[in-house]
Amino acid sequence: MITETNNQQSTTNNQRKYMRLSGLEPLILNENSNFINVGERTNVAGSRMFLRLIKEEKFDEALAVARHQVDGGAQIIDINMDDGLIDGKESMVRFLNLIASEPDISRVPIMIDSSKWEIIEAGLQVVQGKCVVNSISLKEGEEKFIWEAKQIKRYGAAVVVMAFDEVGQADNYERRLEISKRSYDILVNQVGFPSEDIIFDLNIFPVATGMEEHRRNAIDFIEATRWVRENLPNVSVSGGVSNVSFSFRGNDGVREAMHSVFLYYAIQAGMNMGIVNPALLEVYDNIPKDLLDRVEDVILDRRDDATERLLDFAETVKGSKKEVGVDLSWRENPVQERITHALVKGIDAFIIEDVETARLQAEKPIDVIEGHLMIGMNVVGDLFGAGKMFLPQVVKSARVMKKAVAYLNPFIEAEKGDLQEPVGKILMATVKGDVHDIGKNIVSVVLACNNYEIVDLGVMVPPEKIIETAIRERVDAIGLSGLITPSLDEMVYLAKEMQRNNLEIPLLIGGATTSKAHTAVKIDTQYKNAVIHVNDASRAVTVVGDLLNKKTVNEYVLNLKKDYDEFRTKFLKRGKEKSYISIIEARKRKFKIDWNTTEIVKPKELGIQMLKQLSLKELVPFIDWSPFFRSWDLHGKYPDILTDEVIGEQATIMFNEAQKMIEDIIAKQLLKPRAVFGLFEANTINQDDISIQKKGKEIAVFRTLRQQLSKREGIPNIALADFIAPKETGKTDYMGAFAVAIFGAQELADSYRKKEDDYNAIMAQAIADRFAEALAEYLHKQVRMKHWGYAENEDLTNDDLIKESYKGIRPAPGYPACPDHLEKETIWELLDVEKIIGVILTEGLAMWPAAAVSGYYFANPEAKYFGLGKITDDQVTDYAVRKGITKEKARKWLHPTIADE
Amino acid sequence: MSNIQQALQQRILVLDGAMGTMLQQYKFTEDDFRGERFKDYPTPLQGNNDLLSITQPEAIKTIHAKYFEAGADIVETNTFSGTTIAMADYQMEDLVYELNYQSAKIAKEVANEFTSKEPNKPRFVAGSIGPTNRTASMSPDVNDPGYRAVTFDELRIAYKQQVEALMDGGVDLLLVETVFDTLNAKAALFAIEQVKEERNIDIPIMLSGTITDASGRTLSGQTAEAFLISVSHIPLLSIGFNCALGANLLQPHLEAIANKTDFAISAHPNAGLPNAFGEYDESPEEMGEQIEEYLKKNLINIIGGCCGTTPEHIKVIANIAAKYKPREFVISAKAVI
Repeated sequence: MITETNNQQSTTNNQRKYMRLSGLEPLILNENSNFINVGERTNVAGSRMFLRLIKEEKFDEALAVARHQVDGGAQIIDINMDDGLIDGKESMVRFLNLIASEPDISRVPIMIDSSKWEIIEAGLQVVQGKCVVNSISLKEGEEKFIWEAKQIKRYGAAVVVMAFDEVGQADNYERRLEISKRSYDILVNQVGFPSEDIIFDLNIFPVATGMEEHRRNAIDFIEATRWVRENLPNVSVSGGVSNVSFSFRGNDGVREAMHSVFLYYAIQAGMNMGIVNPALLEVYDNIPKDLLDRVEDVILDRRDDATERLLDFAETVKGSKKEVGVDLSWRENPVQERITHALVKGIDAFIIEDVETARLQAEKPIDVIEGHLMIGMNVVGDLFGAGKMFLPQVVKSARVMKKAVAYLNPFIEAEKGDLQEPVGKILMATVKGDVHDIGKNIVSVVLACNNYEIVDLGVMVPPEKIIETAIRERVDAIGLSGLITPSLDEMVYLAKEMQRNNLEIPLLIGGATTSKAHTAVKIDTQYKNAVIHVNDASRAVTVVGDLLNKKTVNEYVLNLKKDYDEFRTKFLKRGKEKSYISIIEARKRKFKIDWNTTEIVKPKELGIQMLKQLSLKELVPFIDWSPFFRSWDLHGKYPDILTDEVIGEQATIMFNEAQKMIEDIIAKQLLKPRAVFGLFEANTINQDDISIQKKGKEIAVFRTLRQQLSKREGIPNIALADFIAPKETGKTDYMGAFAVAIFGAQELADSYRKKEDDYNAIMAQAIADRFAEALAEYLHKQVRMKHWGYAENEDLTNDDLIKESYKGIRPAPGYPACPDHLEKETIWELLDVEKIIGVILTEGLAMWPAAAVSGYYFANPEAKYFGLGKITDDQVTDYAVRKGITKEKARKWLHPTIADE
Repeated sequence: MSNIQQALQQRILVLDGAMGTMLQQYKFTEDDFRGERFKDYPTPLQGNNDLLSITQPEAIKTIHAKYFEAGADIVETNTFSGTTIAMADYQMEDLVYELNYQSAKIAKEVANEFTSKEPNKPRFVAGSIGPTNRTASMSPDVNDPGYRAVTFDELRIAYKQQVEALMDGGVDLLLVETVFDTLNAKAALFAIEQVKEERNIDIPIMLSGTITDASGRTLSGQTAEAFLISVSHIPLLSIGFNCALGANLLQPHLEAIANKTDFAISAHPNAGLPNAFGEYDESPEEMGEQIEEYLKKNLINIIGGCCGTTPEHIKVIANIAAKYKPREFVISAKAVI
């Protein structure tokens, strides 16, 4: 394009600093710099086509013009929106914002070109790199010139200064020198503008116009350029080259030659940048000798008849009309490679064409998405993961993808087979306590452009809301994000909650602190369905695609789970084992009670009893209301919650409605409380088992589990068995068990549902749950004070009970101290629960009716609640043997508490 | 020449380590964050670390003091999110002035205590100016890539307010840090220049970008050098990088700018990359070894720590920094005014 032999700027001996500009990448001038080519086609004043695109708001095509310029070698792109028929400021901002998301374009610096300051400033406010402002001048006086220069400096841009002053445009050699010297002095000395950031546009005017006064237009520019570069240190000189050939419009052959010749000499004189249409440039050495001579005569004003001679010759010169060299060789490749190329490069120009080719070859249109396009997106994902692509490019790839999918959709719909299958709904949320959402937004964006519907819950989203929304919106996957460390625990909790709600939706984990290891070790184990760590946005697309692909999802999830399982095993082997001690060791560190001095109270009433004549009314004072509100997503402690500034009003309404329903329930006996408990002689045997006896004869054995976490010296490894006197002490100790339930809740709820009253149906169930807990609390108190009688003088308020201030404990199987649900079977046998009160255990060892509580009673004053934590394989083996079950069964039930997995 | 510029000519200055990491150890609850004053505030406040300057000032002062004791010359105010834009998450826009003023004031109190004990080693306070949680040159909505969630002017106004409060509170310098979108930083610099002009005073500015990943670019897509060029129009005290990467991964990016600028060079890397559990576990000694590599290569004028670093890290870093000469640089004539 530019002549190969002569495109270095002339070396001036006073240059010490060089202009440095930036887009996404730097553009740095130095003493060896080639001529800087400024793209000119994105200029509504200079390109009718571009003006039309902007007027019609065809921004996609307008961007293609910009991209074409950069692909064609423009090192800066000039953008001008000065036209009376468009809103210049708005168009400038919109177009620059769009360019910012096109890394192929925004890698080069931007020249913001306008005669209106408000458009220039609006442009400066949306470009992150160091731009060039085009232009300012002394046309309207020094004050405005200084003010604008100061602003430009503060925005961090270089500036083009037009050779223009209060008198007018510089149109000869002397005026060019005069204005540029004056401008330079003001900028450097008064404004403190960096001299290397000044670019003089010394006005290129047409030659060969036939007018005598235009004869020296080119040579004056060239000579003035030489003077400026020699006398005004560090500056650059620029100009709009095509002006010079204005009189030969329509004859591109001559114009190309004129541009090349002009540049050949101007560059030698020190012109180091310019607005040049690369399509209208001939290589200097390729210009035919006869044409070259005539053109040089005109440019350099070598002959009086130069213009006439060139005009005559011009008739014989044909326009060459070359296309600028965009490398399209990739278009020759097979269709898959073309699609991959288009996705990787973010080129959407040919994607429809290529997708159509692929569609015609494919069995079904959907196969193009799941095959060709996914293969391409996987490449994008890999490149991004390896740091070879960066985010804006990935977003662009995603947009090409979207365009392709949009094209294919009608075909997929027409097939009516598995239509729309790959399109799904994804819930995105930043977890509770975390406000970072940039990463999440990016993933949302990338997924959205792959035709997924995004339900974005925003930041600080409580787990209940995530689950509730996931269910209500029937989303296909949940994506969680978090940046701060505490978010990791929130994610674990959410996974647990998802499991508790029996969700089957895949869970995606992302965010800076997350990792595959944490996901595998802490989250994956909490949730039976797919959990996958997605560390970048582009990967999210392929992962979600795989998860939602009905054909392969089962295998995918199976492999995923297996992969995480193996990963976890490997990870945990790296030294996590040492934090547990063997069960034998743990037993040596049991919780020690001095059985010689400790208080053992013999229950007043040994044996099994059923509570008859239970009155619901008596239970009301024992209700712990806080969880009731929690179940309605109202958080706070009762009774404070009723006066809470934010939710108090709602809480009060709920509370009053609940009271009303309770009155109704009591009046009509709609719910029936039932309870059974037993108090027995007991001794710990074999360290961890509790033998239950009747008159010295063993009638049941409870198997307890012991903490195995390695602890500091002096801190015991507790099992519930430690709270009962061992057989060896020769002392008879005691223990109890209980089961309580509220009957009738289901029927009551159903009766509401029949009346289409879901609200009261849920209310009825929530109230039944509260009654069951209240009954357990009530019964425990009765046992402590009356039936066992070890705390006859207890005087505790309901608040104290909620705070568990009472003596002794009532741990429940399935809860932290004894997570093994299997022990419920022992309680059921011992108390004959099913027969006496009718509560049954489901296959999964849940109690039915659901409003039920069962557990043990321990009376020793030193007994306390604790969490078992994780146990290791040796205890599992030991437990299976003790309990007489297969190890497989033991593992199944203890799985969540086993450490090594 | 200001005190800090004199000190920079003589030695490598040490910046403090992480505030967040130290605060985590306090395990502050929602109630602690609220204190008495915000007990009934309508939004959850846990996690609003900046607020602790008001509700738990003793903790903040203690942390500043620990860093000074460890050998830091400069501590950063607890104001990383102290703009109306970032505080909108907590509906605390109206509190921004007070947050910044108070944070600056308590940091300066601690600094003065240390300076008076050891006058030959003056201690400085840098007003920390974070990136906010919005990007001015990227769209959060791919269907509308021309959309922006925040404008330059919104950022400029928010930053100006923060800068004024920090300066009123007595900071010695300003630190625009964790820059992931250069346009955000340019808005901050614009605001600072406005304040300087309006008040007719100068204040040294440190600027620190963030390279987010293996691409070696900022989140907004710029290379290290393009970033440097985009912010060099303001006479900075120093430029450098912080966060996102550990000391070893940061080195190539420091090298990429060190010989291309006349400003001082700063670095405050993380204590390695976060491990599987989100913890930064590079030990002080490990981090010190990495940092010694910088110093051997004469890359650094100001060195400190970001996420995961503690007074122990800073102590090791300070001891190492004392053994090396600072990188030679030119104090910009305009920065001296």
